[in-house]
Amino acid sequence: MSANPETENRHTISVVVDNEPGVLARVIGLFSGRGYNIESLTVAEVNLDENLSRITVVTSGTPMIIEQIKAQLTRLVPVHKVADLTLDGPHVERELALIKVNGKGNARVEALRIADIFRARAVDSTNNSFVFEIVGNTGKIDAFIDLMKPLGLVDVSRTGVVAIARGRSAL
Amino acid sequence: MASEQMNGANIMLKALVDQGVTDIFGYPGGAVLPLYDAMFNHNSIRHILVRQEGGAVHAAEGYARSTGKVGVVVVTSGPGATNAVTGLTDAMMDSIPLVCITGQVPTHLIGNDAFQECDTTGITRPCTKHNYLVKDVNDLARVMHEAFYVARSGRPGPVLIDLPKDVAMALGDYVGPKAVKPKHYAPQVKAEPTKIDQAVKMIAAAKRPLIYAGGGVINSGPQASKLLRQFAKLTGFPCTLTLMGLGAYPASDKQFVGMLGMHGTYEANMAMHDCDLMIAVGSRFDDRITGRLDAFSPGSKKIHIDIDPSSINKNVQVDLGIVGDVKVVLQDILKVYKAKKVKSDAKAMKAWWHEINSWRKTDCLSFDKSSKTTIKPQYAIERLYELTKKHKKVMITTEVGQHQMWAAQHFHFDQPNHWMTSGGLGTMGYGLPAAMGAQIAHPDALCIDIAGEASILMNIQEMATIAQYRLPVKVFILNNQYMGMVRQWQELLHGGRYSESYMDSLPDFVKLAEAFGAVGMRATKLSQLDGVIQDMIDCDKSVIADICVDQMENVYPMIPSGAAHNEMLMGPADKAEKPVSEEGMVLV
Ligand SMILES: Cc1ncc(C[n+]2csc(CCOP(=O)(O)OP(=O)(O)O)c2C)c(N)n1
Ligand SMILES: [Mg+2]
Repeated sequence: MSANPETENRHTISVVVDNEPGVLARVIGLFSGRGYNIESLTVAEVNLDENLSRITVVTSGTPMIIEQIKAQLTRLVPVHKVADLTLDGPHVERELALIKVNGKGNARVEALRIADIFRARAVDSTNNSFVFEIVGNTGKIDAFIDLMKPLGLVDVSRTGVVAIARGRSAL
Repeated sequence: MASEQMNGANIMLKALVDQGVTDIFGYPGGAVLPLYDAMFNHNSIRHILVRQEGGAVHAAEGYARSTGKVGVVVVTSGPGATNAVTGLTDAMMDSIPLVCITGQVPTHLIGNDAFQECDTTGITRPCTKHNYLVKDVNDLARVMHEAFYVARSGRPGPVLIDLPKDVAMALGDYVGPKAVKPKHYAPQVKAEPTKIDQAVKMIAAAKRPLIYAGGGVINSGPQASKLLRQFAKLTGFPCTLTLMGLGAYPASDKQFVGMLGMHGTYEANMAMHDCDLMIAVGSRFDDRITGRLDAFSPGSKKIHIDIDPSSINKNVQVDLGIVGDVKVVLQDILKVYKAKKVKSDAKAMKAWWHEINSWRKTDCLSFDKSSKTTIKPQYAIERLYELTKKHKKVMITTEVGQHQMWAAQHFHFDQPNHWMTSGGLGTMGYGLPAAMGAQIAHPDALCIDIAGEASILMNIQEMATIAQYRLPVKVFILNNQYMGMVRQWQELLHGGRYSESYMDSLPDFVKLAEAFGAVGMRATKLSQLDGVIQDMIDCDKSVIADICVDQMENVYPMIPSGAAHNEMLMGPADKAEKPVSEEGMVLV
C-alpha cells in the first residue's frame, strides 16, 4: 500500500458470519457506532449445512481506517472470515437492479433501445410502463439509471453489491 | 452419556457450578424468579444481594480484576437490565471478563412492550463483547459454556445472556463444558516467529528504548507480569505503565519511571516523547496516553504487542504490530533474545538513563508541604500507602476524579491485581462496589475504596450490602467539597467559572457510616490524619473515613488536552504561560 495515508479508497469486503439473529445488527452497529461509511451492504445465507451467511460491504476510508474496519469485524464473535476483495486481487462485482420507467411514444422506444444496449430485460410491461431488470457492476447500473431519467424513470430498487474473487481460490 | 433433563434455571445453575463459579452478584425480579428459586439454599453458589444492579456489575468487576476469574451477575428484565448497562460498558472499555445473566419476559411476549420488557440484547450489543437471547432451553447449556469461554479468552470482556422466563421454566437437556465444542472464535495467542525475530532485532538496535505496558499485561495473568520484569531486567530498559497497568511492573523497582499520560510523571512522558524505540505491551494508545497525536513520540520506532488486532494501528501507526497473548509473546521474545545472546548498547543505555534521571530530578509529584494544619490530598494518599504497607494484602479501588489520579500517583503497587479503577469509561460510583467485590473474593484483604465525596454518593447504597455480608470494606474519602476534577478543568479552560461543581448539602459522612452500621471517622487537621488512618486499618468493621482536604488543590503534572508530552504543566504557576489550544478545548 504505497497509497497516501490520507486518501480515501473504496473497498469491497466479504464477511462470512454465523447466520444467527442479530448478526446483521452487530455489523451495521459497528459501522454506525464507529463512524465508518457503508456504501452498500448485502447479506444472504450461503451455506445451509453450516448455517453461514455472507455479507458484502462496500465502504471507503483511508488505509488505516480500512485496516481498522477489518480488524473490528474480525473481532465480532459470530464472524468467521473477513476478506478485502479490493486488496486481495481481481474480483467480480455485480448488482441487480429493477428499474421502472413510465412513458409513451418515442421515449418508450428510446428506453427499450437503451435497455437493449445495456442488456437489461423488460420483466414487466404495461401500455405506458416498463420494469427493467439489469445486472452489472455499480457503474453500469448508475449509467443506465442516468439515461432513464429523462425517459420517465419513476422507481429504482437495487440489491447492492455482491462480489467474489476471480480464479480458483474460495473464501 | 445420557443427558439429564432439568429446567432452564437449573441448567443455568449447573453450568455456573461446572464453570467453577462460587459467587454471583445480583438482584431479583419477576423475570428471574425461576433462577432465584433454583438458587434457594444452593450449597455451592453464594449469591450476594446488592442494592442496585449497577453495583452488582461493578462488584463483579472488582471480583474479576482481583482474582483473574470471570465475574458473574444476575439481574431481572427491563430496569434490572438497563441499570446494568453502565457497568457492562465499563467492563467492555477496561476488558474485564464478566458473564451477565438478565431475565426476559416470556418468548411469546417479546416485542409486545410487555411489563418490564426492554430490548436487552439490542441495548447491550455495543457494550458487550457478545450477547445471546436464548429462545430454546436446549441451547442454554451450550450458550452458558460458550459465554464463559468468550468472556475470558482473547481480549476479555462482558458477555450477556438474556433468558426469557418461559425458557427458564422449560425442561431441557444439560451438557457439561467438555461436550461443547469450542466456537470457531479463537483469538491468536502465539505470534509469528518472524515477528519475534524482527522485534528482537529492533530491541537490539535501540539506544533510547522504553517499555510502555498496560492493562493487557494484567489480563494476561500474573505470569505476564513476571515475564515483563524479566524482560526489563535482561535489557535494562526503563518501564512506564498506564493507569490500567499499575502493578504489572513493580513500582518500587528503579527501572520504573512512573505512570504516563495526562497525569503521568514528567520522566515517563518525556521518555515517551524522546525514545527511539517504544515497546507497547498490552496497552492501547488511548487519548489519555498519547496527548496530541501529531506530536506523539515523533522519533521512535514502535512495537505493539496486543491480543486484539483492532488495537494495533488504531490511533497510532506502529512499525511492528505483534498479535498475541502478552505472556506468550514475551516468552518467545525472551527465548530468542537469550538464544541470540543480544546485549543492549551499554554506552547508549548509560546516556539514556542519565537523561531520564535528570528528568526525575524535577520531582514532578512533589507538592506543597508547608502547611501545618491543612491536609493535602496527596499527603493523605502518601500516608495511607505508608501505613498500610505492613498489611499483607491491600486491594485499592477508586472512584473517578482528582482523588483517583492522586491515588495512581502516590499509592504504589508491586503486584498486579491489587489496583482497580475505572480507566476507560471513568465511571464515578465504580469504587465502592468494586471494593466490595474484591473483598468477597479476598476476605482477609484490606480493601480500600479511595473516593471523592461526589463519587461516593453514586453507589452509596452498597454500604447496605457491605453491612449485610459484614465486609470490612474501607472508604477513604478525600473530601474537597468539589467535583474537584471538574473544578480543575473549569479553572483551566473556562475562566474559573465553577458552574455546578461545588458539592453543596453533603451528608455528614460519619453519621452516614453509622446509619449503615459502619464506623465513621473524620480528619480535618493534619495532626489527626495518621490516627484516623491507623484506626481505620485496625477497625475490623467497615469504615467511612472522611478526610477533609485542601479544597483547591489540583492534579499535576498535567498534559492539557490537545498538548504534547513535552508540553506538560508542572504546577499552578505553569498554566498562565501555556493557554489551552482551541482544538484542545473540544477534547474531553
Ligand atoms: C458517572 C459520571 N458522571 C460524571 C462524570 C464526570 N466527572 C469526572 S470527575 C467528576 C468529579 C468527581 O468529584 P469527586 O468524586 O468529589 O472527586 P474529586 O475530583 O473531587 O477528587 C465528574 C463529575 C463521571 N466521570 N462519571
Ligand atoms: Mg471532591
